[in-house]
Amino acid sequence: TVMAAPMTNDQSCFFALALGVSFLKCLLINAYHSTDFEVHRNWLALTHSLPVPQWYYEATSEWTLDYPPLFAWFEYGLSHIAWFFDKEMLVVQNLNYASPATILFQRLSVIVADVVFFYAVKECCKCLREDKGKDLLGKPSFILTVLLLWNFGLLIVDHIHFQYNGFLFGVLLLSIARHFQNRHFEGALLFSVLFNLKHIYLYIAPAYGIYLLRCFCFTQSNADGSLQWRSFSVVRLVTLGTIVLSTFAVSFGPFIALGQLPQVLSRLFPFKRGLCHAYWAPNIWALYNIADKAFSILGVKFKLLDINKLPKASMTGGLVQEFQHSVLPSVSPLATLVCTLLSILPALFRIWHRPNGARGFLRCLVICALGSFMFGWHVHEKAILMAILPLRCSSDVFCIITESTYLLGLIPLELICEFVYPLTVWQKTFPFLPLMLTSVYCALGVTYAFIRLYISLLTCSDNTKKIKTQ
Amino acid sequence: MENWSLISLCVLLGLTSRWAVSFHSYSGAGKPPIFGDYEAQRHWQEVTYNLPVHEWYFNNTNNDLNYWGLDYPPLTAYHSLVCAYVAKLLNPEWVELHASRGYESHSHKLFMRATVLFTDILIYIPAVLLYCFYFCDGSSKQKVATALCILLYPGLILIDYGHFQYNSVSLGLALWGTLGLGLGWDLFGCLAFTLTLNYKQMELYHSLPFFCYLLGKCIKQGLTGRGFFHLVKISMTVLVTFALCWMPFLSDPKQPLQVLHRLFPVGRGLFEDKVANTWCSLNYISSYHVCETHLIIAGGHSGIIMLPLLLKDGLLLPYVVTSLAFLFLSLYLLSALERSTEEELRLGLYRKHTQHWLPKLNLSRIIKWKFWFSLVAMAALSFTSVWLKPPAKLPDLFPVLVSVLSFLHFLGFIIYFNQVQLMEPQRKKSLKKTN
Repeated sequence: TVMAAPMTNDQSCFFALALGVSFLKCLLINAYHSTDFEVHRNWLALTHSLPVPQWYYEATSEWTLDYPPLFAWFEYGLSHIAWFFDKEMLVVQNLNYASPATILFQRLSVIVADVVFFYAVKECCKCLREDKGKDLLGKPSFILTVLLLWNFGLLIVDHIHFQYNGFLFGVLLLSIARHFQNRHFEGALLFSVLFNLKHIYLYIAPAYGIYLLRCFCFTQSNADGSLQWRSFSVVRLVTLGTIVLSTFAVSFGPFIALGQLPQVLSRLFPFKRGLCHAYWAPNIWALYNIADKAFSILGVKFKLLDINKLPKASMTGGLVQEFQHSVLPSVSPLATLVCTLLSILPALFRIWHRPNGARGFLRCLVICALGSFMFGWHVHEKAILMAILPLRCSSDVFCIITESTYLLGLIPLELICEFVYPLTVWQKTFPFLPLMLTSVYCALGVTYAFIRLYISLLTCSDNTKKIKTQ
Repeated sequence: MENWSLISLCVLLGLTSRWAVSFHSYSGAGKPPIFGDYEAQRHWQEVTYNLPVHEWYFNNTNNDLNYWGLDYPPLTAYHSLVCAYVAKLLNPEWVELHASRGYESHSHKLFMRATVLFTDILIYIPAVLLYCFYFCDGSSKQKVATALCILLYPGLILIDYGHFQYNSVSLGLALWGTLGLGLGWDLFGCLAFTLTLNYKQMELYHSLPFFCYLLGKCIKQGLTGRGFFHLVKISMTVLVTFALCWMPFLSDPKQPLQVLHRLFPVGRGLFEDKVANTWCSLNYISSYHVCETHLIIAGGHSGIIMLPLLLKDGLLLPYVVTSLAFLFLSLYLLSALERSTEEELRLGLYRKHTQHWLPKLNLSRIIKWKFWFSLVAMAALSFTSVWLKPPAKLPDLFPVLVSVLSFLHFLGFIIYFNQVQLMEPQRKKSLKKTN
């Protein structure tokens, strides 16, 4: 009674973790922020100052609006609060405006928006199987809470670099949680909203589509888990369709009415960018690039290639443009699309054929995210978060990415890149080398994880009995 | 979860919050020509690196003592010298004689903050962990919780990683000294404490308890027998340590005198900025064998004392965040308020006196109310200091109010701690265990 152990109450523990990480986020308010900060300030300004028809045409700043309309409305809502902090940030012409009040407001908006993420994590914890006897620190819900709330990748991207991923992932995790809780309409609605907030979630739309069609529209399965064609429910399909379409209507409707749809789409899907970002995301194309570089160096060395005909510093110049490979065939956007689809098809086929309930859906979702990351066009390394965060929830698969030797290898790699390399002679001639090494090393790790995850999905046994109790 | 994992997590959390605070401004940032403590430390690196030892504490053309002259004992100077060597390797401009005055850059800030972190990890943090595990009561989880709270103590973080100082070295060494004495390693304790005395002369505040404790121990063992021998060993340790630290200054009688003159500037006023008083608060909190309730009550208040200083340094945000985090965390983890029965708070003496006329007085409840009241007072004072303008006739109203409030609290603490000390039953059992 007097000496009561402080952490027996799960609720208070969750609150403590959430509050603690929020305090840390507050301390990061004055840390470095990237150009994304200016991006969002610009969007605040243009949604506030300009009428809706001009939102997707505005180009005073180079950071044009390239998220779907619902996000624009979100920024519009924020801009009304921003007005009380510093009116100057809402002037479109004030490029790179970063007064202390602006920084405070923007940072606080991310911190407050993370409340959605907190709620979603709480809901995800409810879906876990609880072992009553365990000590608090060993409980799956505690571990999941810590892994998600205190995820340092998310902290760095959201609260230093500056983005709203916490908020968006909150919506995603909430949608997943709803599917686990068999509240599929809500899950579908949430996903439609999410897609209209940030269209990168197109990557995982196939997983949603196939899962909902197979497990929700077909209301029953046969005893062996195979499809029962007769149990198709038109009502459910139509309801789902209505939910999705009405969300799109609310979001894109005004722009379709104004005849601006092509313009909006061109802003959302700018294919003029190169295969890889300035910093190579650690995916297949990083490995492809390094192979191309290696071949070209070898080819020049063995006099098989003429050095003058090769493009100079094509991929490693740190720029964002379209490129041609030297030795291996160049990769076009269509090629990446085909590769991505091929990489996720087996997983989609698997959950169609032998669904494993919500758990199988989650694995498929992660594979879709990873597959798109691996083979996609102009992928940002931040996109890996889309695979990592749902992966956390899939606790039994988590151990794949903790292969200790590989992770330990990161330490010498970083030591070399950050400390040793700058002191060498190559720093000036090959400044991109450390980044390239990091990308390649991580690409190997991600590829390995992808393969292991796939094997796990394809070889896991049916757990239909367990799923019914969830 | 295993203890080691928990401890590592606590340490990492402590390090993260320290590093997060170091993003913010430091004392005297961008304020020529005098700047602040940060520039003082940089200047000492410049002086110790470029000038020979016998010129460090003297005024001459190369060393203007009016511009942040060295006024800490030799160990600080040696520490600055070591840092200067590292600085020279990274960027000689940082310690160039005269030319580097007022040098400010992002990479230099990174370097300086890193030096603080390095000494923290080396000296202070291990001391805290050992202290919690050997001297705190409760289960291992509670010990870890106490360690976490101590590591997240805002006063030290704000001063060391915000304002910029190396208190972690002196406090850490003092803590090692206490640990040594507590574990029965008297000579080690003496060594550590002598080193901290040679790092910051402020630690003289703690020297009397050390001296009295050791003397008492020797007397107990019998001044004619073992006790005398022990006393000799202790004295030799202290003298040899002093000699080693002051060796470069012993060649010429003028040297030690000048150093002492710099260390104890009787010429200055009684209140050298607010730093002197913040010192008292830091030392006061960390030196006592405190249980959780004491820690929170005392620790929570030290932040407010430093508020005027922190505001001057542009550290309002870290102050608010770290203070709130510390208060919340200690209340949550240590459930201190639940454990504030009369027995826990050792209010026996008060009880005896008040029993006569106020038998129904619930002292523990009064303490709880007092705690909340002073928190509210702190918050209100913080708010007014930041957002309200003082009346024209009383421009220093808020700092004075802060000082008065703090003084009242400390007076209360002194009375309370003295009472605890005097009423403390003999802790023979715990000493026997550790010896």
